[in-house]
Amino acid sequence: MKSIIPVLTIVGAIFVIWYAAAVWLNADWAYDKATRSGEELTFTTLVADTWSQKKPKLPAPHQVAAELWDTVAMKSVTSKRSLVYHTWITFSATSLGFMLGTLLGTLLAVGIVFNRTMDMSVMPWVIASQTIPILAIAPMIIVVLNAVGISGLLPKAMISMYLSFFPVVVGMVKGLRSPDQMQLDQMRTWYASSNQTFWKLRLPASMPYFFTSLKIAMAASLVGAIVGELPTGAVAGLGARLLAGSYYGQTIQIWSALIMAAALAAVLVGIIGLIQRITLKRMGMAQ
Amino acid sequence: MSWLIFAAIAWAFGWWVNVRLARMRPARMVSLAAPLVFGATLIAVWEGVVRGLEISQVLLPAPSVIALRFASSLDILWVDFVQTVLKGALSGYVIGCGAAFLIAVAIDRYPFLQRGLLPVGNFVAALPVIGMAPILVMWFGFDWQSKAAVVVVMVFFPMLVNTVQGLQATEAMQRDLMRTYAADYWATLFKLRLPAAMPFVFNGLKIGTTLALIGAIVAEFFGSPVKGMGFRISTSVGQLALDLVWAEIVVAAIAGSAFYGAMSLIEKAVTFWHPSQRS
Repeated sequence: MKSIIPVLTIVGAIFVIWYAAAVWLNADWAYDKATRSGEELTFTTLVADTWSQKKPKLPAPHQVAAELWDTVAMKSVTSKRSLVYHTWITFSATSLGFMLGTLLGTLLAVGIVFNRTMDMSVMPWVIASQTIPILAIAPMIIVVLNAVGISGLLPKAMISMYLSFFPVVVGMVKGLRSPDQMQLDQMRTWYASSNQTFWKLRLPASMPYFFTSLKIAMAASLVGAIVGELPTGAVAGLGARLLAGSYYGQTIQIWSALIMAAALAAVLVGIIGLIQRITLKRMGMAQ
Repeated sequence: MSWLIFAAIAWAFGWWVNVRLARMRPARMVSLAAPLVFGATLIAVWEGVVRGLEISQVLLPAPSVIALRFASSLDILWVDFVQTVLKGALSGYVIGCGAAFLIAVAIDRYPFLQRGLLPVGNFVAALPVIGMAPILVMWFGFDWQSKAAVVVVMVFFPMLVNTVQGLQATEAMQRDLMRTYAADYWATLFKLRLPAAMPFVFNGLKIGTTLALIGAIVAEFFGSPVKGMGFRISTSVGQLALDLVWAEIVVAAIAGSAFYGAMSLIEKAVTFWHPSQRS
């Protein structure tokens, strides 16, 4: 609670800088227009103009807000001009990829913890796999999957999956190994099989790590879904809005799609945070 | 058919070797050999399956085809590498990480800024920042400057958050000791707090390596001169020249791993005292 005032100050400062930058970046165009029509620009008309251009270099926050209100609240949800529709498309790819990634990551982590051979041979490749800029291959993956008849949601979800499985593997391996020797010995004195040790000790102990990596994985899979929409000529989704906006110089549209993506990320990560708090509380692990 | 059998045998053999390796006494050689054997097995299986099932070269080229293409188009790959990695990613990485580091040190002096900027920075670090790419391409033009700008934005916040956290990593006892030595702010900063922050700083630097490559390549999808890895990938996909795309991916993978590896080596040299570096 102590940090509310500083955070608000910073957010306020960001808005002030944003408005100032809008004046600065859009001034050229305003001066251009004024000399052509032979008008003299006073400071107030300059500011008013830079904050209300149709295709500004940097739209002012209220322009973006107006566009957001227009495309979110004023259009019907099924319309292709509604941002809610595009957000829904991106969200479905994100969540599918996230679930696949979590599943794959958890399975790999369990394998790595239980099988020494897998630990030694697979783990280094899991780490190396992330030094490959997968997003760069996104266009190819989508073209290839299209060619074998897989299209629509799944190709984008595959990219999300590739990005999101890594944090889950790393977090879960750490989590499943987090019980210390004392606790493992305790299980042994109870004559617990390794199966029982897994279900009753290792898995519960890994939960805090699990949720932390889920948050990272969710953010990563959203990035994956957005980039997956970029190069494919996709017609729907937040990434497609970004690309269309950049083709036609519709900066306001780009910014509103960006803000929407940010809001989506915040909501999704927030939901996981909520589940985390409830689960850990019921397990008696809340800090 | 024989290629499929080859793939199956290669898989079985690779796994058998690794099981043997895992049972041996742990040593440096063994922990290095196991992943190498696994990687070689994967490539052999890939080759076998592609040839055995006669998968079209357009869909998934065999590793041997990619290797041939790689060797025959070294000049194109080098031009793209210079444009994207050296000009775009590396310059952006240096500017972004440097700026974030300096700002983090500045923030650290003011607890007010710290409390305000950390939550905001954490929030921004989780956002799909890559979406800024089209805007920055519009602002800075099509050449490498806009790619560097995208990279700056992408690496900035992870680096900032990590450095600020690192600067808080000293204990009250250690800071009190510096005070008993009558050390001023700068002496404490350089002799105690910056060295203590280094593990966190390198964490940010390592996260940044992959982000930098991704940022530079994806930014080229929004417009670039007629060279660069992102440009080559998106145009070659259009021409269905997938072997060239894969060759670019190999370059990207090598560059990414080398970049990350270089950072790890520097980290090892700088933070030799940290428990995670002492095996």
